[in-house]
Amino acid sequence: MGGLLFQAFIYLCAAVVAVPIAKRLGLGSVLGYLLAGIVIGPVIGLVGSETQAIQHFAEFGVVMMLFLVGLELQPRMLWEMRNRLIGLGGLQVGITAALITGAALLMGLYWSVALTIGLIFSLSSTAIVLQTLNEKGLTKTEGGRASFSVLLFQDIAVIPMLALIPLLVLPEIAGSGSEHLPAATGAHDDGGHHEDMSLVAALPGWAHALVVLGAVATVLLGGHFLSRPMFRFIAESRLREIFTASALLLVIGIALLMTLVDLSPALGTFLAGVVLANSEFRHELESDIEPFKGLLLGLFFITVGAGIDFGILFADFATVLDLTLGVMTLKGIVLYGFARLFRLETVDGWLFTLGLAQAGEFGFVLLSFSLQNRVIPPELAATLSLVVALSMLLTPVLFILYDKLIQSRQIETGGRKHDEIEETGTVIIAGNGRFGQIVNRLLVASGVPTVVLDHEATTIDMLSKFGVKSYYGDASRPELLHAAGIESASVIVIAIDDRERTVEMVEHVHRHYPQIKILARAFDVSHLYLLNKAGVDIAVREMFDGSLELGKAALNAVGLHPFKVEKMSQAFRKHDEAGLDSLYELWDENTEMASNKAFLARAREHGETLKEMMEADRLQLHDRSERGWTPPPKGYTKHMDE
Amino acid sequence: MTTTESVKDFEIPSKTLRRILLLLAHPSLNRSEANRPMAEAVVDIDGITLIDLYAEYPDFQIDIDREQQRLLEHDVIIFQHPLYWYSTPAILKEWQDLVLEHDFAYGSNGTALHGKIFFNALTAGGIEAAYRSEGYNHFTIRELLHPLEQTALLCGMTYLPPFALFGSRMVVEEGRIGKHIADWIRVLEALRDDRLNIVIAQSLPRLNSDLNAILEED
Repeated sequence: MGGLLFQAFIYLCAAVVAVPIAKRLGLGSVLGYLLAGIVIGPVIGLVGSETQAIQHFAEFGVVMMLFLVGLELQPRMLWEMRNRLIGLGGLQVGITAALITGAALLMGLYWSVALTIGLIFSLSSTAIVLQTLNEKGLTKTEGGRASFSVLLFQDIAVIPMLALIPLLVLPEIAGSGSEHLPAATGAHDDGGHHEDMSLVAALPGWAHALVVLGAVATVLLGGHFLSRPMFRFIAESRLREIFTASALLLVIGIALLMTLVDLSPALGTFLAGVVLANSEFRHELESDIEPFKGLLLGLFFITVGAGIDFGILFADFATVLDLTLGVMTLKGIVLYGFARLFRLETVDGWLFTLGLAQAGEFGFVLLSFSLQNRVIPPELAATLSLVVALSMLLTPVLFILYDKLIQSRQIETGGRKHDEIEETGTVIIAGNGRFGQIVNRLLVASGVPTVVLDHEATTIDMLSKFGVKSYYGDASRPELLHAAGIESASVIVIAIDDRERTVEMVEHVHRHYPQIKILARAFDVSHLYLLNKAGVDIAVREMFDGSLELGKAALNAVGLHPFKVEKMSQAFRKHDEAGLDSLYELWDENTEMASNKAFLARAREHGETLKEMMEADRLQLHDRSERGWTPPPKGYTKHMDE
Repeated sequence: MTTTESVKDFEIPSKTLRRILLLLAHPSLNRSEANRPMAEAVVDIDGITLIDLYAEYPDFQIDIDREQQRLLEHDVIIFQHPLYWYSTPAILKEWQDLVLEHDFAYGSNGTALHGKIFFNALTAGGIEAAYRSEGYNHFTIRELLHPLEQTALLCGMTYLPPFALFGSRMVVEEGRIGKHIADWIRVLEALRDDRLNIVIAQSLPRLNSDLNAILEED
């Protein structure tokens, strides 16, 4: 226990110190984690060999990340990506692997070793690249999308690679029994682990295929049909931690199922994410999984840093550096060629080229797997592990290069093409009860895109029967607002049925997203004032308009002329609004209105003026409510006739 | 209002001789092909205050005090609008009914508008040849605007003929909008700087029939 606490303390401490500093210096969080790892590992030696085990655990962050990526991706969008996914991704993996294999052959390596190395280095780091793209807000750019297509293809391509590598057994080291792993990096025995767990290893080919198909079908159909009633049932319990637990259970369960049938857990959770992308629970799942993903990925990067063996690195520094630069240059050239071939804009092309030029975490997996299957000699594996690690370490540097040189130059020359013009930003509507519903219907009917959040699973269910799409979640949680895309929204409408939470939300949104307009439902005058103080842009009293309408109906019903009724109600509204403004000065949050003497006096005084105004109207004087249609005084033309 | 104030603060006093109030009335600006670019072309010019009446009073509840204050702060009042049934869109009629009050705009004490210049900047679907006794509209545009001319006269204002665009539905297709907007800017700047010959202008069928006759260049 003490050991675990100590380790947790060291890792968290390193992250908490290094990452904010790295961010502040403009290096990005990934480089911060990597540096933190280098400091606690090789530099001061606080952590040692256990990093390998931890890295294996932390790789689960990649699985979670793919789940989140899937959640963002509707099945239709995935289908639209198919050309890029297979074309761009397939060509990149194929050609890069071929070129690196060729280079390795030229260096005099045996063909099977060369091929394995080619496969290993054709992959890039999903963890680093997606995390960095997210952080820099580049996911939605063309370059970001192209990068994602390639990364996704690579993650899928790992599966056949794992099947191929055992067939490449090297004759001279077969049976020589080099079981131990080189201490070079965080290489770990993923292969062994995976065989232990496999349900299908012993099955014949056709049965294996059937089991695999069955597992994928389970994920797709289960996600589509079972997840909704399950989440609704859990949501109704109103226990947030149980919802979080079920979200984790879902991801871990799918990862386990995929491991059992020899499929990539990342692929499985990605598919589950895509299936759930249309679900009303999407934003809630996102906000629940997001922190776990972030921490695990951070831990993963720390272990990469901590795993670098400076002994081997310095002993053979020139070789490692040369190989790293060689691999990255070769990958970069291939990527740049494809960027041109697939007609990416210059900026996007450079993002794609610089972003994907490293080797990835799956490189470690394949390396240790190759080592176990005696495909690669141990000394070579140690060096290659360092190359993978170093190339990952250099990636944040390339992203900085991209920021500083390419993106900024592009802005100066104004060469960037205009983004697709959005006519209106999205409107987030928190609360879809009787109040929020009307707001949403009006906006949707006017063609304004909305994201609707509600914490009643039954309300969401009922509304979906009327064809209204809304998402489950407690809208007063900052993480959920984040998942709902508050950063890019232009307006938020807070229509939840809870006075205190409305005020809290206004405060939170006002503080963290000053660019967004905040509109809120106020329950009454004191609530309206609280909202004003919290920074609301527009607050509307929920009862005022309805009551005024009914008042007008009453005046009409007693026989007043409808146009006069209209004018009276307009005058009433103006008078009331003026009163609200003047009373706000005397309002004191901490004093009950009924015991605030100055406030009461002013309110009474203002009330009198309304009476005067209305009485004056009855006397046909030149009053406000009829001012516009008051005829000129009798005989007013006399002076003109003269 | 704020525009006028900032103009007062930052403008060299001798430059802006007249302050111009442009009251724009177009109920569907998003589909406008002439009035919208005309408004956009002049919105940032010093000395011009542009008010989109339909945006400011979408519910027709015109603030009489605010509008009267605006009139007091300007020397040239222009109604800019498409011609609807030989007159203004409804909100400008509402504006007249409400804002031009007895003892403000007319009547023995109603001298607030005396000496100000008034005219319409309008766009009409029919071609100019239709606006004469032989044409299908039977009257010239000046004749059709007599109610507005008389309103201006009763308020003691100097009335100018309309700055008119005819055949406005085809103005983009026929490539005439650019010239019209350039003329519009010239006229407004000349009015502002007192370089427009009022006496000659009053006699024209429309304000933009011969700009060289009425404008003195800088």
